[in-house]
Amino acid sequence: MKRTFLGEFEEIVLLTVAILGEEAYGVTVTQELEQKTGRSVGFSTVHTTLQRLEEKGFLASQMGGATAERGGRRKRFFTVTAAGRKALVEVKQVREELWGALPPQTLQLMGG
Amino acid sequence: MHSNPPRLADRFLQFFCAPHLLEEVQGDLHEEFEYQVKHAGARRARWRYWRDVLGFFQPRYIKRKPSQYPQTYLFSLNMLHNYFKIAVRNLLKNKGYSFINIGGLAVGMVVAILSGLWVWDELSFNQYHQNYARIAQVMIKETDEGNVGYSNSVPYPLATELKTNYQSNFKHIVTSSNAGDYILTAGENKFLRKGQFMEAKAPEMLSLKMIYGSWAGLNDPHSILISASTAQALFGNTDPLNQVMKINNKLDVTVTGVYEDLPLNSVFNDINFFAPFDLWVSDNEWVRESANNWHNHFLKVYVEIQPTTDFERVSKTIKDAELKNIGDLKDKVAENPQVFLHPMHNWHLYPFKNGAVNPEPTQMVWLIGIIGAFVLLLACINFVNLSTARSEKRAKEVGIRKAIGSVQGQLISQFFSESFLVVLLSFFLAFVLLLFTLTWFNDLSAKAISIPWTNAYFWLFCLLFIFVTGLLAGSYPSFYLSSFQPIKVLKGINVVNRFAFTPRKVLVVFQFTISVTLIISTIVVYRQVQFAKNRPVGYTREGLLMLAMKSDAFSGKHEILRTELKNTGAVSEISASMGRMTQVSSNNDGLEWKGKKPEQDKNFSTLTVSHEHGKTVGWQFVKGRDFSRKYATDSSGIVINEAAMKYMGLQNPVGETISWKFRENTAYFQVIGIIKDMVMESPYEPVKPAIFYIKPINGKPNWLNVKINPSVSISQALPKIEAVFKKIVPTVPFDYQFVDDEYNAKFKAEERIGKLATFFAVLAIFISCLGLFGLASFVAEQRTKEIGIRKVLGASVAGIWQLLSKDFVVLVILSCLISVPISHYFMDGWLQKYTYRTEISWWIFGVTSLGALGITLLTVSFQAIKAALVNPVKSLKSE
Repeated sequence: MKRTFLGEFEEIVLLTVAILGEEAYGVTVTQELEQKTGRSVGFSTVHTTLQRLEEKGFLASQMGGATAERGGRRKRFFTVTAAGRKALVEVKQVREELWGALPPQTLQLMGG
Repeated sequence: MHSNPPRLADRFLQFFCAPHLLEEVQGDLHEEFEYQVKHAGARRARWRYWRDVLGFFQPRYIKRKPSQYPQTYLFSLNMLHNYFKIAVRNLLKNKGYSFINIGGLAVGMVVAILSGLWVWDELSFNQYHQNYARIAQVMIKETDEGNVGYSNSVPYPLATELKTNYQSNFKHIVTSSNAGDYILTAGENKFLRKGQFMEAKAPEMLSLKMIYGSWAGLNDPHSILISASTAQALFGNTDPLNQVMKINNKLDVTVTGVYEDLPLNSVFNDINFFAPFDLWVSDNEWVRESANNWHNHFLKVYVEIQPTTDFERVSKTIKDAELKNIGDLKDKVAENPQVFLHPMHNWHLYPFKNGAVNPEPTQMVWLIGIIGAFVLLLACINFVNLSTARSEKRAKEVGIRKAIGSVQGQLISQFFSESFLVVLLSFFLAFVLLLFTLTWFNDLSAKAISIPWTNAYFWLFCLLFIFVTGLLAGSYPSFYLSSFQPIKVLKGINVVNRFAFTPRKVLVVFQFTISVTLIISTIVVYRQVQFAKNRPVGYTREGLLMLAMKSDAFSGKHEILRTELKNTGAVSEISASMGRMTQVSSNNDGLEWKGKKPEQDKNFSTLTVSHEHGKTVGWQFVKGRDFSRKYATDSSGIVINEAAMKYMGLQNPVGETISWKFRENTAYFQVIGIIKDMVMESPYEPVKPAIFYIKPINGKPNWLNVKINPSVSISQALPKIEAVFKKIVPTVPFDYQFVDDEYNAKFKAEERIGKLATFFAVLAIFISCLGLFGLASFVAEQRTKEIGIRKVLGASVAGIWQLLSKDFVVLVILSCLISVPISHYFMDGWLQKYTYRTEISWWIFGVTSLGALGITLLTVSFQAIKAALVNPVKSLKSE
């Protein structure tokens, strides 16, 4: 099975886009990430990751309408494609399989 | 509070970010900034903004999206072919314009090249000598009662001092006599030639190009080096080496070398022979006696410094070379003589005059350079004016080219290639013109300029010149034309709005301002020369010839010469005088008269003459009488000029006694006559007080003046006079000068400026008119329809002529108004240097302005009347 590799940060960004649904663009993704993970994320890093994901086919984008705020500049909205959803599911399955394979005593030690 | 993101960061982002990404990135950044301002404060937000912008500075965001259309190549060979084809077609289609463009530009270029060569010649003066950069002349700066004086004549002991104590600074120290005229005799041939007696190292230092013999030629004290032309004159085609000849009929010398004639732009150009310094010393007892005399300044000392040092350092070292040795001579110490070196590269352009560096040579270089540049600029303006004026014709072409897919860069290169084509054609034409005008220009400027065909710098300069002219002439049209919008042009909207004409007007005004200024200046220069020429000179120059008595052969022959010459009937009188008529060779103080005030210490011209001098040169007596042989007392008589009478303040000077202490002796004179002032020196300066006397107090008369009988023609008289001279002084060549020729030579410098100014002024006005002609014809063509309609409605030819000419006349009047104060300012400054000068009358401005207007009207009217006479049916039917 050929599977595109999804980096850790890419995975989080892809998930965040999925969470935000219709409202996912540069600013919201960054802010959501900072709130949820509590870590400061570089604006350009997020942008670059979004673009890379789009190039890989996990995200699709289209320009929104003109906005009143931000000087009338349009936003680029991102939506998760079918491939993107599949990739997320795959990652989740792999995780769950791995968690499931964890010996019970180790799980207990971790406080789970 | 509303806060904006840092502007610089924003600008930077706009600069580097690819356009297709900029909108979203910048929008997001701005939104984030607003958010941060609210939550973290403006300061933090700004910091963060900067950080974020810099974060985007990576290839992903910088790389531009590739265009979906193929790139246009700016320099495709096919297009270049096409440009030149179109350019040539355009030139051939509008032959009139092409002629004005190319011809005008070529004329401008000729002027620019000529003035460039002239300036180059001035700057490269003396560079013929290979050691040019290290040769200098020893000079002395003296301060006499606050007056600074610079002298290139130095006392004999200074030369000795330099050799004994300062030799290590110099490669060569060459002591030399003044240049002077000497009679050279070889067999039957004798000529008067200028020469200099120099020490043996001179030929090496001056790097003479030897044709025969070597630089060591002056080592033998009885040798002589002669120039090639002199050798040709003396010995014809025979080998001159080791031939025996005489200097001034008494010094026997052997020719040990022949050198190539020195070029016109070397100070030693007129030196036709070099002879050993020691020979001169042995022939002149007074020189030997002056060996320890610090008072007598009579030597020239040329040096070549060591390659390891520089002029400034050596000047500093030798500064006190004189002062150290004159401890007991109080009067010399008071003058504080400072010895210094005057480098060869400054001899021509920075000579000393009246105690300061004479600025005139440098001013002249600047003037010629600037005028040359201006005339070229005028020609370039023509090109620009005509190109933009014709832009409407090319507008459709530009529109179509753009519609098909030309980008602006292509059009710019098209018009540049067109202008370079024109410039190149003009340059070739200019070179052809240059070949024809160079001889004439050399005559005019008294130079021997040639085109330096083999000089790489010259060609480099020419290339640069073509390039600059092409840029200058082509930049405005190319940027202007290429900026047309194709839609407007193709729809036929008049793209040339009324403002487009304004720069053209400014340029026309500029052109005519320069031309009119040049014309006014030319007239003023000529008026000044004429004014000085018309000055009463106080004696008769016509038919008066003079002759230097160079040789002892003349002594005791005066009476017999006089009788023989008068017996021929061709001569009415002869006289001897000290110095020539066109020069005052002796000035002295020490005169005393009744009522002399102590502060009256001005020098008088003191000249010994023979009895008949007054009759020969035509003295004009105001009071008293001439010298006469009848009165024995006249040997202590004196004739003074009006200036002397005024200076002495004597009411009735005839019979007054004047005493003159010359060196140790005092002579007493009786005034017998007062004559009108004679202009012997500069015709622009007031005449100095002068006294004339028979007694040879300060030297014997050394010039002979011969007045030709007015009833005999000069061509008949000359052979007779020559025969007498051949008979009585056979060893002396009959080398004479006419006083009026010599007098006219005093105006040479001014006349040359006048001629050069005329040359430039005529060309400037010619080029300007050429441009005006082009513009007028263009305007007439542009308004063909308007003129047709006006004529149909009843306008007269005169009315239309007026309509078309008015605009240009206004411009020319404006330029006249501008040039009047400019030229007045400059010419007034120029005239200030002459004491005897003309006024700048207002009629000069009036006449020049009227003349300029007249020429303008003539130029414009030709086109205006042609347009006005066209049958309106024809002009309205077209298109």
